[in-house]
Amino acid sequence: MKHGAARWIVTIAAALAAGAFMLYGVAGLAPFGSYHGAYGDLIVRVAVAQRHALNVATAINFDYRGFDTLIEEFILFTAVAGVTLLFREQLGPHERHGGDPDVDYELAPESDGIGWMGFAFVPLGALFAIYIAIHGHLTPGGGFQAGAIAASAYALVYFGQHYRAMKALVPHAFADALESIGGGGYGLIGVAAALVSGVFLTNVLPLGKTGDILSAGTIPAINACVFVEVTFGFVTCLELFVKQTRKTEKSE
Amino acid sequence: MNWIPYGVSVWMFVIGMIGITRSRNVIHAILCLAEMQASTYVLLIAIGYKNGAHAPIFSSDVPVGTASVDPLVQALTLTDIVVATVVTALLLTMAIQVYRLTGTLDPEKLRPMRG
Repeated sequence: MKHGAARWIVTIAAALAAGAFMLYGVAGLAPFGSYHGAYGDLIVRVAVAQRHALNVATAINFDYRGFDTLIEEFILFTAVAGVTLLFREQLGPHERHGGDPDVDYELAPESDGIGWMGFAFVPLGALFAIYIAIHGHLTPGGGFQAGAIAASAYALVYFGQHYRAMKALVPHAFADALESIGGGGYGLIGVAAALVSGVFLTNVLPLGKTGDILSAGTIPAINACVFVEVTFGFVTCLELFVKQTRKTEKSE
Repeated sequence: MNWIPYGVSVWMFVIGMIGITRSRNVIHAILCLAEMQASTYVLLIAIGYKNGAHAPIFSSDVPVGTASVDPLVQALTLTDIVVATVVTALLLTMAIQVYRLTGTLDPEKLRPMRG
């Protein structure tokens, strides 16, 4: 127990030090509700006129700071690649090959209600995701949020219909290809803009009428790329996680 | 009253840190890390807030020019959330592999690290 007491002392000391340091930091901030950031204020004033996008946060993400978001997309892509790499066929010392992991093994019969609910909610979720994605520059939402919704719809397939349906709905190669198209498409839009105007990721497409779905130039195009990448990145992760749980169950 | 949102952020960070140091389960530690990252969302959004201002999304009901909160920190928060999510996914992958290779998720039993 001596060891435990020492750990508590270190924990509390570290927590107090970190907390005090952070409190010292936030004490220098403007009081809550009275901040006026020059950059944010300026963008709110000019964004709608300059980019014809009503959602200013989206305009920042996919246009003004589009380069940051491109890098963020690469972080996502790298992380999904990391998950795929770590989940390669590897067997621990206590495991053995348990046959084809893609074949469903016997499961307790489940309620029809859950299965049918999956059927109802998967298309609904996918539709909602597409709606959120294409209105990203007009209303709250955008490619990232829509991708998370679409991936949640995909997770419902597993709850309702088992792993086999999950795999049949989105084959692995298909998800990989679309994820790459999403990630690469964003970069290619940037390169195309550079070829046309000389500046990487400039908004070169016609801006259209403010409030239309096809407006705001490259923002909806980039938004769509992000949507596809996030959706299929998460789909790949989900499929791999579910496959892993099956594998460990089987080897016991 | 003016400091409460900042205080919440500090509290979330510190409590997550205590959770990680006291953790006896790797998955618990990963969730604590996710919670620590959530403190940055609170801080960023709190910094950008302006009394009486709208969301930076305009429509026919909220005409352009209405006072709005800082959209920059909101965009940053979005980036933050995505990165936090993928980091969590990656860490959970590692947790599964650790469990498969060692049969435990207790960081105490995982020491010393083996190459």
